[in-house]
Amino acid sequence: MEKFNQHHGLVVPLDTANVDTDQIIPKQFLQKTTRTGFGQHLFHDRRYLDNLGNENNPEFVLNKPQYQGASILLAGENFGCGSSREHAPWALQEYGFQVIIASSFADIFYANCINIGILPVILPEAAIATLFQQSKEGLQHLTVDLVASTVKTASAQYDFTIAPFHKYCLENGVDSVGWTLNKIAKIENYEAQMPAWQ
Amino acid sequence: MATTLYEKLWQSHIIEEKADETPLIFVDRHLIHEVTSPQAFANLKFHNRVLRHPERTIATMDHNISTRSIEINAAGEGAANQLRTLEKNCKEFGIELFGMGHKNQGVVHVIGPELGLTLPGTVIVCGDSHTSTHGAFGALAFGIGTSEVEHVFATQTLRQTKAKTMRIEVKGQVAPGISAKDIILAIIGKTGSAGATGYVVEYCGEAIERLTMEERMTVCNMSVEFGAKAGLIAPDTKTFDYLKGKDYAPKGEVWQQAVEDWQQLKSDSKAKFDSYLTLEAKEIKTQVTWGTTPGQVTQVDSVVPSPDDFTDPVERESCIAALKYMGLTAGTKITDIAINKVFIGSCTNSRIEDLRAAAAVAKGKKVSATVNAIVVPGSYRVKEQAEAEGLAQTFIDAGFEWRLPGCSMCLGMNDDVLTHGDRCASTSNRNFEGRQGRGSRTHLVSPELAAASAIAGHFVDLTSINSQVQGA
Repeated sequence: MEKFNQHHGLVVPLDTANVDTDQIIPKQFLQKTTRTGFGQHLFHDRRYLDNLGNENNPEFVLNKPQYQGASILLAGENFGCGSSREHAPWALQEYGFQVIIASSFADIFYANCINIGILPVILPEAAIATLFQQSKEGLQHLTVDLVASTVKTASAQYDFTIAPFHKYCLENGVDSVGWTLNKIAKIENYEAQMPAWQ
Repeated sequence: MATTLYEKLWQSHIIEEKADETPLIFVDRHLIHEVTSPQAFANLKFHNRVLRHPERTIATMDHNISTRSIEINAAGEGAANQLRTLEKNCKEFGIELFGMGHKNQGVVHVIGPELGLTLPGTVIVCGDSHTSTHGAFGALAFGIGTSEVEHVFATQTLRQTKAKTMRIEVKGQVAPGISAKDIILAIIGKTGSAGATGYVVEYCGEAIERLTMEERMTVCNMSVEFGAKAGLIAPDTKTFDYLKGKDYAPKGEVWQQAVEDWQQLKSDSKAKFDSYLTLEAKEIKTQVTWGTTPGQVTQVDSVVPSPDDFTDPVERESCIAALKYMGLTAGTKITDIAINKVFIGSCTNSRIEDLRAAAAVAKGKKVSATVNAIVVPGSYRVKEQAEAEGLAQTFIDAGFEWRLPGCSMCLGMNDDVLTHGDRCASTSNRNFEGRQGRGSRTHLVSPELAAASAIAGHFVDLTSINSQVQGA
């Protein structure tokens, strides 16, 4: 996993609540056995007018010329709800998003982001409302600093909290399986004392 | 100190809990399927790692498969590739697989309980969000992503942040004809689609205790639809009776010991929860979703709401968008909404009791000429039992298509998809935009209401029909 410390990038505002992972990556694109090839299908039904993905929907925010190259997604509450499919954050990452900012995330989606190296930032609703307002008034670039746990605009700074181990894993690109395998003795101890039915 | 059921399950599975590190918990049972496992196997192989406990891992084929044929190729090229990859991986790593044509094959959350793979007091995970189903047995069960599937493969553990606890009590008894689906949809209607994010929910109260095991599964199944990490119901004699003698359940002395231990699995009377919600069972009516999240739900004897009914600006905006997508006008009576597709199936409502309930409604009737209706049993065992009981014939006689077990139209990964503008009464769990097919419109309902709607061609108020019949 790539290390994540600080990121400066363009924000794209996706002002919809309860964006589910079916919207992020529809089921017809889940038939791969690799972790790649999902970015082109990100938000397929909203992004393309046709089923083959040849005709862009000009109304969809990701297709607007001013947001090309955006790497920070500003999203509505309960982002990533629904299906556990990790294909959703894979698609977001492959498209180019490194940070997603919302007032709340669905639990499984949040964990999936951490595990693949996308930084999910939770900010209070008032801060999110301000960021949406500013992002719609003009192009907005943000500096997201994981080490300091801050989001900086041209005029303001917002602090966010993240679990210490999540932060450590992102900052150091930790292989979480390898990390746990170093604790195999503890797992063996646990297994040795389990009741027979377990 | 008085503790909740969740805290007991958590404590009994902690391997390591220390400052600045997310706690490490043991996983007793890992269920896998073809769609969310291939990348986890690939990484395991890339790193030359072993799969720690193949005997704690069970695989089935369900998400992608055809419901018309047990041939792998019938699923289409991409799906067939995933199914063959699962076969190869299970062989290589020594995992038991219930593949196409196997008597134990079926939807992962249907076969787990019916085979006794789901046990109280265990931690169960699967790369599927509806793993919350297994909480009906007092197991801590939740969906995980593919990176976590890989973590469980290699270590039989997971890193988990401890959740907050919510107690949802459903007091008293529901009215006749009110199903478990109505109970859980009514709960979600109260909490909203993210009302339990960050929480593990425990369901309790007389109405919950009175539910059968299959009904409890329906309730716990949809816990994730209002954001909960997991849903729990304390195990009782119904739980033990259900599991006794099941293929993979403990036997003999081990069974005795298990039941003794499981009887301790309940929240202490003085245990404190972080949040509480109470519903009066008698107030719960037949539910129908009108929008594009499960929380956008109302009663069948009601009308499509108006954006003006919502004070919260986000809910208001969501209502406007949902009405547009769903092609509905505020104020329309729910029973005036015509449907042209019906799906009876999914990990929420495809068990034998669900099929009995739907068949009882369909018996001697005919599916409307304007409706195409399919019934997809949750597993081969359910299918065989439904055929033996004559339910399958009842459906066929009424004009329903009787299919082979699988996830089918719940998520439409196979060819059971709706087309643009189709309106479906579905016993599944998600009414998201495009979930059952691009531009399709899903209304979540109980099996009884799905069957009745198939016959009428629109939603019907079953309780009002029943009371009219009784009065006549």
